[in-house]
Amino acid sequence: MSALDLLPADAARTPVLSLPEVTILFAGDSGDGMQLTGGQFTLATAKARNDLATLPDFPAEIRAPAGTTYGVSGFQLHFGATEISTPGDEVDLLVAMNPAALKVNLHRVRKSSEGSGAVLVNTNAFEQRDLNLAGYESNPLEDGTLDGYEVFPVELTRLTREALADFDLSTKEVDRSKNMFALGLALWLYTRPVEPTLEWLEAKFATKPDILEANRHVLTKGYHFGETTETFAARYEVAPATLPPGLYRAIRGNEALALGLVTAAVRSGLEIVYGSYPITPASDLLHALSKHKNFGVLTVQAEDEIAAVGAALGASFAGRLGVTATSGPGLALKTEFVGLGIITELPLVVIDVQRAGPSTGMPTKTEQSDLLFALYGRNGDAPLPVIAASTPGDCYEVAYEACRIAVKYMTPVILLSDGYLGNGAEPWPIPDPDALRDFPVTFATEPNRGDEFLPYLRDDTTLARAWAKPGTPNVEHRLGGLEKDRETGGVSYDPENHEAMTKLRAAKVERVQQEIPPTEVYGDDSGDVLIVGWGSTRGSIEAAVKSARADGLTVGHVHIRWLNPLPPDLGDVLSRFEHILVPELNNGQLVHVLRDRFLRPAESLAKIQGLPFKASEIAKRIREMITTEP
Amino acid sequence: MADNEKKPTRPPGTKKPTLAPKKASLPTGKKPTLPPKAGGPKRPPGAKPSRPPGRLVPDPGGDGAPALTKKDFASDADVRWCPGCGDYAVLAAVQRVLPDLTEKKENTVFISGIGCSSRFPYYMNTYGMHTIHGRAPTVATGLKCANPDLDVWLVTGDGDALSIGGNHFAHLLRRNLDVQVLLFNNQIYGLTKGQYSPTSEPGKVTKSSPYGSLDHPFNPVSLALGADASFVARTLDRDPKHMQAMLRAAHAHTGTGFVEVYQNCNIFNDGAFFRYTERDTKPHTTLFLEDGEPLVYDEGTKGLRLDGLRLESIDLTSGDWSADDCLVYDATDRTLAGIMSRLFWDEELPQPFGVLYREERPTYERLLREQQQAVVAKRGTGDLHDLLRSGETWTIE
Repeated sequence: MSALDLLPADAARTPVLSLPEVTILFAGDSGDGMQLTGGQFTLATAKARNDLATLPDFPAEIRAPAGTTYGVSGFQLHFGATEISTPGDEVDLLVAMNPAALKVNLHRVRKSSEGSGAVLVNTNAFEQRDLNLAGYESNPLEDGTLDGYEVFPVELTRLTREALADFDLSTKEVDRSKNMFALGLALWLYTRPVEPTLEWLEAKFATKPDILEANRHVLTKGYHFGETTETFAARYEVAPATLPPGLYRAIRGNEALALGLVTAAVRSGLEIVYGSYPITPASDLLHALSKHKNFGVLTVQAEDEIAAVGAALGASFAGRLGVTATSGPGLALKTEFVGLGIITELPLVVIDVQRAGPSTGMPTKTEQSDLLFALYGRNGDAPLPVIAASTPGDCYEVAYEACRIAVKYMTPVILLSDGYLGNGAEPWPIPDPDALRDFPVTFATEPNRGDEFLPYLRDDTTLARAWAKPGTPNVEHRLGGLEKDRETGGVSYDPENHEAMTKLRAAKVERVQQEIPPTEVYGDDSGDVLIVGWGSTRGSIEAAVKSARADGLTVGHVHIRWLNPLPPDLGDVLSRFEHILVPELNNGQLVHVLRDRFLRPAESLAKIQGLPFKASEIAKRIREMITTEP
Repeated sequence: MADNEKKPTRPPGTKKPTLAPKKASLPTGKKPTLPPKAGGPKRPPGAKPSRPPGRLVPDPGGDGAPALTKKDFASDADVRWCPGCGDYAVLAAVQRVLPDLTEKKENTVFISGIGCSSRFPYYMNTYGMHTIHGRAPTVATGLKCANPDLDVWLVTGDGDALSIGGNHFAHLLRRNLDVQVLLFNNQIYGLTKGQYSPTSEPGKVTKSSPYGSLDHPFNPVSLALGADASFVARTLDRDPKHMQAMLRAAHAHTGTGFVEVYQNCNIFNDGAFFRYTERDTKPHTTLFLEDGEPLVYDEGTKGLRLDGLRLESIDLTSGDWSADDCLVYDATDRTLAGIMSRLFWDEELPQPFGVLYREERPTYERLLREQQQAVVAKRGTGDLHDLLRSGETWTIE
């Protein structure tokens, strides 16, 4: 059954206006199903061929007290006919399921003389008790709070109850379906297809025909409501974006990381042993990988973060590839094992899906504040390669590269993602895994000096030591955390050996530079301002650079994937610009590294609010830097 | 002491209590005064060393390859434990039994944490890894999950396993990874030069407890039983034959074979276990458990019987009792193992050695691999291209 079949005969009478791009924000209680609603709207939007970026924003509490501001869960989606690189600076339509959702998010709605955004509210949720819970002293629907905004008052609760009057469902079950009414209405308003959601419902409730029918009914009722009510003067369409041709799917960063790891396992022939302890926002990786047991991936849910990385390192000793993922607090616990991985020179991939810190911080809010920790946070001189993903889709290749480098150079690698990338989605041209770089693996199977096996003899090009796995005769050896003799791998307290080994471990990590392609500069190749970014800020920076260049400024952008070692040509690129601006979602971290390595007066643009940059925030700073020039 | 003297007098008609209050048990910070005696201790009659069926090599060298010897398992590294340390005895016992237990030296792996005992892997000419403090079980877990065919031995100490690594120790046992765990218990921190450990007796005066330790100690075998260990044994560094028997039994067990070794630190805690190891006191302070045999000790002159849930010592020479009155040990009885494990530094009753408990249950790595194989059998080996294309897709022309 197609949704159009369900439309009334006089459908499509509402005029349709075309927009280049739209930002919509669904907000409600953490139990209102806003993430699901946003996810389904995303799918429909992807199917409508728009480019898009999403920002799920939810509280750490699973079900915070209903109606409170701290229990508000939001899902922001920016979609367009042109290239979309951020989840949107300002919201065009806020769907607020209750007063708290309105209160928390109204400031994000566009407000300008050229046209303000719209607010769709569930008016049934604005009783005195709801207002009290949200901390409103008077009703914002009546006291002028919404002056200047276009307001769509909809009785979502009542309409949903009426739609389901004939269904044998409890009031609680009925009320939980009102997100489907809102979704149907939003799909109608932006002329999105309803079929992807219907298909999803059919798959999800295949064994529960009553619930399936109820959801389908409410969804289509919501869709029809837009047409039959006179609330909406117009509906909107956003033309398909001109994306490069190919087969696409929507992807979230954590899904892409999991696929990248699976690809590494398949391409290398190395089984991946994934040790993990659940932690927000990295747990999705464990969920995804634990489904892929028929792809050469083994998952172990360990008793804690330390055991998770210990099991991964143990697996690497066994000749598999040990991988673990966590967020900041977990990385803190894993550091001693990472050090053991460095001195034993075993491959190990440690993924940090960063969140706001310090300590427990804000578990569901994004941040880039573990960079210096990843680079330097270990006892002793303990360098390792650090790689960062810059978009949800980029997580795929970055995961693959982290595995490849860990094995090729026999070293732990830290991969930095963050909550925004992990949960955010974008259309993803499905890559050809065979087009990725080769991933050969060799094990030592016989003595390498006379009749002896010396585990610390090295490859001249990579400085990687030989990898022999238990079970192989004649290459038995002992590893451990005590300093190694540079050749035999035996315990050594020799002063000169320790200095030589410390420098050798550093030199080995520096050799990873030979893997880094020439640095690409987005925008101008030289000029006034170079923006140096890393990680999830790529989209915001690109949008800001585009805007600044449109104003005639000469601005370039370098986005660093390998944070250690840094690209060999980075110093040359930096020298071609007058100013260097480093936007980061932390209190200034990469900026220290750049100043240290290149002795350039790089300037920090710090945002530490648990939210991504708006492109406008970066663009504003670029303009300030140039106009304040003497 | 005659048995009847120990029984509490009860008013007529009152119910006999089944649980007696625990007797004073732990010594309070006193150092044993018994000097070490020359010569090995004599085993009491009725406590013959058990020879459980180990995974003995049926025909070592029968395939033409030379049989392995003790020497094959010794690495070139100089052993750096203090002269006289109990660790030497364990190393010798392990190197002695391994040629009987494996014909593939390359499959043997020793994993350790940190501490004196954890230097062990360096002295074995096998695969090995000296990991970080308390975390050996985690590395062993990854190793065994990755390759269940490996024969993995964990070497740890009272600080490594029970203090900093207490968490992993408990989880290793409940998961029942198929490894052997040798816990060298010397009731002291040796490598850091003499602080009290989680098995030190209360009141112990050490560098970090000049006024006496306040900590209540762990009883490692009780802890292991509490964590649902599938094999729990205790042995002594000064009884090499018994230790070898326990190593073989632990190795023969499929699952985590936990062996607590009372090990003398002659530098920082000399004589901690002399009560149990020395000739003068060993007979009446120790009881060597034999599965299916009555609990008899002190050269056959004493035995243990159950009075309710309480163990009591009976005099087999008085004429009132015979070996038939003694409890027959059943190492597969968890309740019995629990009762036996609570004989702990008891002034009146002997300390048990041998296999306290064993049960057969699936190992973690076996279940993990079976589950993986079941998924592969059901869904086939995954196709990467299909996986990447799964879910909702669309084509842009």
